[in-house]
Amino acid sequence: MSYLLRRIVFYVFTAWAAITINFFLPRLMPGDPVQALIAKEQGQLSTDAVHSLYVLFGLDKQQPLWQQYVDYWGQLLHGDLGLSFTFFPTPVSEVISSSLPWTLILVGVTTVCSFMLGTGLGVLAGWRRGSWVDLVLPVTTFISSVPYFWFGLIMIELLAGPNSFFPSSGGYDPGVVPGWDIDFIGSAVQHSLLPALTILISSMSGWILSMRNMMVTVSSEDYITVAHAKGLSDRRVMLSYAARNALLPNVSGFALSLGLIVGGTLLVEIVFSFPGVGFQLFQAVGAKDYPLMQGIFLIITLSVLAANFIADLAYLVLDPRTRKEG
Amino acid sequence: MAEPLIEIKNLNVDYGLGDDAVHAVSDVTLTLHRGEVLGLAGESGSGKSTLAYGMTRLLPPPGVVAGGEVIYHDPERGPYDVLSLTNNELRDFRWAETSIVFQGAMNSLNPVHRIGSQLTDVIRAHDPRSSKEARLARARELLTLVGIPSDRLDSYPHQLSGGMRQRVMIGMALALEPKVVIMDEPTTALDVVMQRQILGELVQLRERLGFSVLFITHDLSLLVEFSDRIAIMYGGRIVEQAPAKEIYTDSYHPYSAGLLGSFPALRGPKRELTGIPGSPPHPGFREYQTLVMCRAGSEFSRKGAVPCRRLYSKVEPGGPAGHADRVRFPPAVPEILRAVRAGPPGARCARCSRRFGQRGGLLAAPRPLTRVSTLEEIRWKPLPRR
Repeated sequence: MSYLLRRIVFYVFTAWAAITINFFLPRLMPGDPVQALIAKEQGQLSTDAVHSLYVLFGLDKQQPLWQQYVDYWGQLLHGDLGLSFTFFPTPVSEVISSSLPWTLILVGVTTVCSFMLGTGLGVLAGWRRGSWVDLVLPVTTFISSVPYFWFGLIMIELLAGPNSFFPSSGGYDPGVVPGWDIDFIGSAVQHSLLPALTILISSMSGWILSMRNMMVTVSSEDYITVAHAKGLSDRRVMLSYAARNALLPNVSGFALSLGLIVGGTLLVEIVFSFPGVGFQLFQAVGAKDYPLMQGIFLIITLSVLAANFIADLAYLVLDPRTRKEG
Repeated sequence: MAEPLIEIKNLNVDYGLGDDAVHAVSDVTLTLHRGEVLGLAGESGSGKSTLAYGMTRLLPPPGVVAGGEVIYHDPERGPYDVLSLTNNELRDFRWAETSIVFQGAMNSLNPVHRIGSQLTDVIRAHDPRSSKEARLARARELLTLVGIPSDRLDSYPHQLSGGMRQRVMIGMALALEPKVVIMDEPTTALDVVMQRQILGELVQLRERLGFSVLFITHDLSLLVEFSDRIAIMYGGRIVEQAPAKEIYTDSYHPYSAGLLGSFPALRGPKRELTGIPGSPPHPGFREYQTLVMCRAGSEFSRKGAVPCRRLYSKVEPGGPAGHADRVRFPPAVPEILRAVRAGPPGARCARCSRRFGQRGGLLAAPRPLTRVSTLEEIRWKPLPRR
């Protein structure tokens, strides 16, 4: 348990460091959001309005830096990430929470599917190496070297079109009112098929390759020979002895990819104009929307940390050698 | 001699196919009898382990059994050839009839499973109807059998010492009460004290449970002590087999003599230890079945061993004398020598020299053997009366 405790302390420290950097970063940049907003309003703001904007953004110059820092923490703990420029005056937290489910569901489901499918195929390819299954290798190597977004463009070119079943952009049909009903969910699923397929195909091959190679390595271990000599069924040796041990490096890779779900597929979301966090971030960058960028970075950082923590936990469960017990 | 349990007949094992194949085991014929400890000794690369893997069909690719038979005399089902079993039959045969304790004690256990589950899964695989409690009870019993507290069932392999792991492997090997346990250098990775201890326990277990052991090692002194019979392998062939005592006191084959000459005796006068000069020949040559002592062209002076050049050129005059690497050594020679020497009283080998049976005559004059190349060819004729 002390191991777990140390990990938690480490993650808390890392989170603090990330949040602190997140606080200082915009303050180190030239100009400030209010200037940007003034520019956006083309000087149509009174001095009072400008001042209240400074207060609103927590940027009033009178306050010393440490006071701002403390206030920032106070706001953060209340879930207040400031106001977005692009969607002024909507709070950043609201903007993010409207796009987060889209990304979480699309990329989350595809990441899990791609991991499970890829690992399964990798187990087979590694176990039956030298047979026809090895044909998978050149194909996956080729696909894994193709960038996501380019693959997405190809998919749109080939499969989407005015009369196609697959819509080329958006998260749902513009004519449908968002809500938990069949129409909306059906439309959302239909819209997410192409991006999901893109992510699935291009990320799965990586899992296949790494799992296959680990299987080949593990297959030559002595305990595999022992398992065969024991007369265990081929299936049991493959799953419980070879795959079980070959899985370990892949699991930590999987946990890390979970962390990248939130921000990782920016380009795919851009290509498909998918209303997720990545697309949001793209818009925020275009509009110099610092609070929104800051908020998204924070979410990404926290999710990467959380994923790392999950990886640690998974390793503890899967590999007894990492447990520090008596 | 007791009835045979496993008969290996003319087993050939190659690595690779076609002309490039390395003949790691060639034409090995070996019999393991019921209840016996058969030692298999030889230097690294002589094919000991390959023989064990070959006879149990565990050879990793590119190893292939190129020919021969491994007849298992099943007490219930009668004799059958292990090499021609179907996959399902083979699975049933493995561990239930022949279990193996492998070379690497450290890596034989799966690091991510508890000892208990690795002991019970083999029982479940062979007896799916057994209850979980029964399997656990058996696993506990097995651990106790090899001197490990049964609460270690919940331990992972990395929590055990090397000696304990090897004990677990021995316990696991006995899980299904097999008739044969093949031990492939089971104690090589352990220190000598632990070796002694584990082997001592093994001997006791064997006496209690009555299984046969094929004990593979390069530690001949260990074998002399623990085994009933010893077979010596050299270059993929069995070059000599005899009761352990006989090998120790009176080995025929120059290689066996070389092996014996390479370790010190505890008692008796000090003598110079002799090593075997040169390195083993490449097993790819068919012709190479020559000899250790030939390899450096050196002469060997010990009882029973003669300069091989002389020995071989006489054993097989057809071979190009003086060209050590190309001289053949008929594998049957040691047996012939032994048979001739132990021949019936009052008779002598018809085509052997009279001097042959004399002590001190060494192998120096086996000229008549040029006419006897297999055991069957020996003819006896009564000694003339005085």
